[in-house]
Amino acid sequence: MKESHIMKIHYGTALAAVGLVAVHILMRLTQGFAQSLEYESVIANYRFLPYAGLLEIILILLSIHGFNGLRVILLELKQGRRYEKAVSYGCVAGMIGLIGYGTRTIVMTNMGMI
Amino acid sequence: MAHVSDLAEEKTTSVLSSSKIVTLRIARYNPNVDSTTKFAEYKVPVEKWTTVLDVILDVKKHFDHSIAVRYSCRQATCGSCGMIINGRPRLACFTKVSELDSDVITVQPMHNFPIIRDLAVKFERLFESHQKIKPYIIREDTEPALDTRDILQTPEELEEFIQFSNCIKCGLCNSACPTMATDSSFVGPQALAQAYRYVADSRDNGKNSRLKIIDDSHGIWRCHFAGSCSQVCPKGVDPAMGIQLLRGYMLGFS
Repeated sequence: MKESHIMKIHYGTALAAVGLVAVHILMRLTQGFAQSLEYESVIANYRFLPYAGLLEIILILLSIHGFNGLRVILLELKQGRRYEKAVSYGCVAGMIGLIGYGTRTIVMTNMGMI
Repeated sequence: MAHVSDLAEEKTTSVLSSSKIVTLRIARYNPNVDSTTKFAEYKVPVEKWTTVLDVILDVKKHFDHSIAVRYSCRQATCGSCGMIINGRPRLACFTKVSELDSDVITVQPMHNFPIIRDLAVKFERLFESHQKIKPYIIREDTEPALDTRDILQTPEELEEFIQFSNCIKCGLCNSACPTMATDSSFVGPQALAQAYRYVADSRDNGKNSRLKIIDDSHGIWRCHFAGSCSQVCPKGVDPAMGIQLLRGYMLGFS
């Protein structure tokens, strides 16, 4: 994949995440910020499908943006063909792992399995 | 009535009274012999027009001829005498001692370049990067057609790239660049600014091949836009702006 395509995705995910995280924070403020992390409140949010969908999209956007950012930092830190390949594949694996684990949590909670 | 000779004498006297003594600290390092850089100090008389290069050459002539320094034109044209002067990358021939506003002048070799000896550094990486981005106009018709005498440009088209043509390849921008310090494969602000110079040239048809070269994991996207390259350029080139314009071009903003 060309670096310019990766960076377009990087900037795009950042812009989209800013917008969606703003919606997420506004929802927390309107629903009582202090109760945000209470068990019942968290479960209720996950079971509300549109909000669970919003969290899933934020998870995907931030994982892509964050792991690409990490890849860029690590590539700048050290150079070498094997190292760079390891960093690139490692970051893709980390990103897929995080999205997979987060999605599992959202889906299981939404379906009432937790 | 004063004679011309008197006037000349008067002038000379007033000019000489402006001279002062400064301390020149030169970084001495020979990678084949030394393990660390040491500083040699010399007291040198200077006038208000004396440049740092003049001071170094004065020391080289009268105190220590073994000091390694690269220079040529003495008029900020050849780009040979780039070095760190009082902590900032500058051309020694283009920096007057009086403008430094200090009695101590510390000169060191440029950062982000391998040292040959003392103040002389290797330019291979800079020239390789410069060559890599194809710093020439690429066209199918290398010669003008018979009925046209030249490839004409409007003043607006010229304005797009003309400031980037002033680059003298002195390497000060690469020396000031923080990404160059950490990323040994980074193309560097000098080559990126030159890439923009040719991409922005209306006569050039080699945009795609040039952009392919800089669209790399160690290419244009690794610039952090610190802007130090533009701060230190002795010719008024703004590589940081060129890089941002080139990025915009690659993102689809023309």
